[in-house]
Amino acid sequence: MKLVVNGQPHEVDAPADMPLLWVLRDLVGLTGTKFGCGMAQCGACTVHLDGAPIRSCVTPAVAAEGKSITTIEGLSKDGTHPVQLAWREADVVQCGYCQSGQIMAAAALLKSNPKPSDADIDTALSGNLCRCGTYQRIRLAVHRAAELTKEAGHVA
Amino acid sequence: MWRDPENSPASAGSETASPSRRAFLKTAAVASGGLVIAFFLPASMRKALAEGAPAAKPPVSPNAFIRIAPDDGVTVLIKHSEMGQGVWTSIPMVVAEELGCDWSKVHVEHAPAAPEYAHTAFGIQMTGGSTSTWESFDQLRTAGAMAREMLVAAAAKKLGAKPADCRVENGTIVAGTKKVRFGEVAVAAAALPAPKDVKLKDAKGWTIIGKPTKRLDSFAKTTGQAEFGLDVKRPGMAVALVARPPSFGAKLKTFDATKAKAVAGVIDVVEIPNGIAVLGRHFWAAKQGRDALVAEWDESASANVTTSVLRESYKKLAATRGAVAKTAGDVDAAFQGATNAIEADYEVPFLAHAAMEPLNCTVEVGKDGCDIWTGTQFQTNDQAVAAKILGLKPGQVRIHTTFLGGGFGRRANPQSDFVAEAVQVAKASKRTVKVVWTREDDMHGGYYRPMWLSRFRSALGEDGKPKAWAHTIVGQSIIAGTPFEAAMVKDGIDGTSVEGAADSPYLASIPAHRVDLHSPKSPVTVLWWRSVGHSHTAFAVESFLDELAHAAKQDPLEYRRALLPKDSRERRALDLAAEKFGWGTPLPKGHGAGIAVHQSFGSYVAQIAEVSVEDGKPRVHRVVCAIDCGPVVNPLTVEAQMQSGIVFGLSAALHGEITLKDGQVEQGNFHQYTPLRLSEMPRIDVHIVPSTDKMGGCGEPGTPPIAPAVGNALFAATGKRLRSLPFKLA
Repeated sequence: MKLVVNGQPHEVDAPADMPLLWVLRDLVGLTGTKFGCGMAQCGACTVHLDGAPIRSCVTPAVAAEGKSITTIEGLSKDGTHPVQLAWREADVVQCGYCQSGQIMAAAALLKSNPKPSDADIDTALSGNLCRCGTYQRIRLAVHRAAELTKEAGHVA
Repeated sequence: MWRDPENSPASAGSETASPSRRAFLKTAAVASGGLVIAFFLPASMRKALAEGAPAAKPPVSPNAFIRIAPDDGVTVLIKHSEMGQGVWTSIPMVVAEELGCDWSKVHVEHAPAAPEYAHTAFGIQMTGGSTSTWESFDQLRTAGAMAREMLVAAAAKKLGAKPADCRVENGTIVAGTKKVRFGEVAVAAAALPAPKDVKLKDAKGWTIIGKPTKRLDSFAKTTGQAEFGLDVKRPGMAVALVARPPSFGAKLKTFDATKAKAVAGVIDVVEIPNGIAVLGRHFWAAKQGRDALVAEWDESASANVTTSVLRESYKKLAATRGAVAKTAGDVDAAFQGATNAIEADYEVPFLAHAAMEPLNCTVEVGKDGCDIWTGTQFQTNDQAVAAKILGLKPGQVRIHTTFLGGGFGRRANPQSDFVAEAVQVAKASKRTVKVVWTREDDMHGGYYRPMWLSRFRSALGEDGKPKAWAHTIVGQSIIAGTPFEAAMVKDGIDGTSVEGAADSPYLASIPAHRVDLHSPKSPVTVLWWRSVGHSHTAFAVESFLDELAHAAKQDPLEYRRALLPKDSRERRALDLAAEKFGWGTPLPKGHGAGIAVHQSFGSYVAQIAEVSVEDGKPRVHRVVCAIDCGPVVNPLTVEAQMQSGIVFGLSAALHGEITLKDGQVEQGNFHQYTPLRLSEMPRIDVHIVPSTDKMGGCGEPGTPPIAPAVGNALFAATGKRLRSLPFKLA
């Protein structure tokens, strides 16, 4: 199976039904994408497939063949994507386990909706669970990321 | 987790088990700030020595907690586990305050498991009970001060000045016009004797402690670089899933591994004491293999381990007198002739911790010992349990603590279940193995917050205040059957079962009162869950008290204030919360406000919730929280922990419920056991009471008051008193 992850081609020996999540984590070796539920209930495994957010735990890796996969490791070269910057500015993280998924979901939201309302954020990110309860700062940080994106003329 | 440091548990057969050893550690901690020079070379330091850039100049370790590299990098080894609560930042702040280093050069590592890193109150290395900051506050300030004095001594010699003429500024030692950086004298400082007595800064001189400080783990956690237990990879490692008993009380009869072994990528299938492990080349192979495994279980002992059956048995028990935890006056006489007695039962269900990172543990057994990588809250307990299984000495088991994707108490298990099991798999398969739990495994895996019943009876005096109070508690003991039983269960009372009830601050003003306890046993395993006993007692006591206030036709805030001592920290928290909320000002139509205050883990927290009913369900709009936790190290941590504790408590109050049918758990994943989602998140305002009183904890105290605050608010909004969790209006 041939996959392109964060711009890099990878050839992996995986069964056809193996979810993309486990191919990324166990075969490609990118562990920033997390396992939380295995049934698209928590969003910890969110990655971008041709720019759109997907739950990699229920997406067979074969479905990603020929497409561009972006994980948290590939969101930016040096951790300076506006969402990552805003996350640090708002001191969002706690245990951090869900945050890769939160950040990938937020980045995808801002791409399609550069100035989301609280309601837009709630709708887009309610599939991403955070057991530490960082939600209030997540809302703040998404708004801040929208500002940073605008200020920098950055294409998220 | 533990209410009282005086109830320090004995350790589970670890090197710190003997009283004399623990006494020594405690004394050492008090006398010398825990400084144990050259006691050993931490594994992480060995790694640094091997990988560090200036290989010729080893980093300096003036003591167990600090090492300074020639490039001025300061590494703080934290003995506590970072599980979201912020010790990765707050603990180094305490060290840096005295050390005087450049904060931007601070790096953090988890310390290895070793007796020297024992909790100063509990005697084992662990993170829990909302104790990390206060238990190490003096120890780590002292360590920082000692290191600073050693650096100053070395610098003075180098600069030709007297130590007394040197001052420390941001990682530099200055004497007159001359100065030298920490890194330049770190090696020389390490060779000096440690000072015996150091003077700690007065609180007025603190420049780091008390300052809002952003987290040091943010970069790693926003770039996918932070390593959690589940991310660990070792050479030749197999991934294993374990088929465990499908119900509490079930035993394995037979199994057939033929089909499992036929799955591509499955390496081996081995039997272990609590089930069958399927080892694969990766998670997916192990998962497919386990799905294909044929196993037969004897579930005869699981019959009737059913929530409704347990509930009925609890009700029956509550009608009888339990072990008395607290009593004063003649309670039965006080009720005689009382025409206005008020009675109510409050109930809460079993709850899973459901941390976002499912349980996991990686074990590598080598010639000279064993290495374990996992996110744990219980290092030396895990170490002792693993050593026993493998026939090793505890010191031969090296625990590498990764970041924890949440803990909430589940990763502090006296049985060390998830570590013991992984060690068993490594032993049986003779392989390096990472045991991974699926979400369903994690949720079915037991060690729940116990199910509880509180039965109340109270009679009011003419002034409306309670004159008699009887509170009977029924629920499983967390401590019974663990190595901590001897130390923590006294006269049939597990202190964690009645904390927040037997020591309720209201009791002092009630002339006749009694709190008694039944501790039934069941095959369902139970454990501390964020805020432990307070997670049920605060709900019960603060809700019932609200009922009394309404029965007395008094304002719930004023009713509480009148029962609490004037100068109490509860009152201070209540008053601040009430002021910030605007208690008594009109709310939008259909909205109600509810108040609760509760002390746990040495901190006093009042919360006021504003709620309404939307689509027949409770909707929480706003929570105002006030906390008195004594001196604050990092206000951002306190604020985040209050928000966190409230969200954790709201998840339980609105949704959380683990139910059983014949020993089988009826919830498996987040669609059946749902933490609060972003769309349900209320606005939370946190206010800190300025306080110089005794320092308390922050990880847990935010959780207990939220369920009663919401329940009381629902009563205010609807007139309906909800007495069981999760709240169901229909």
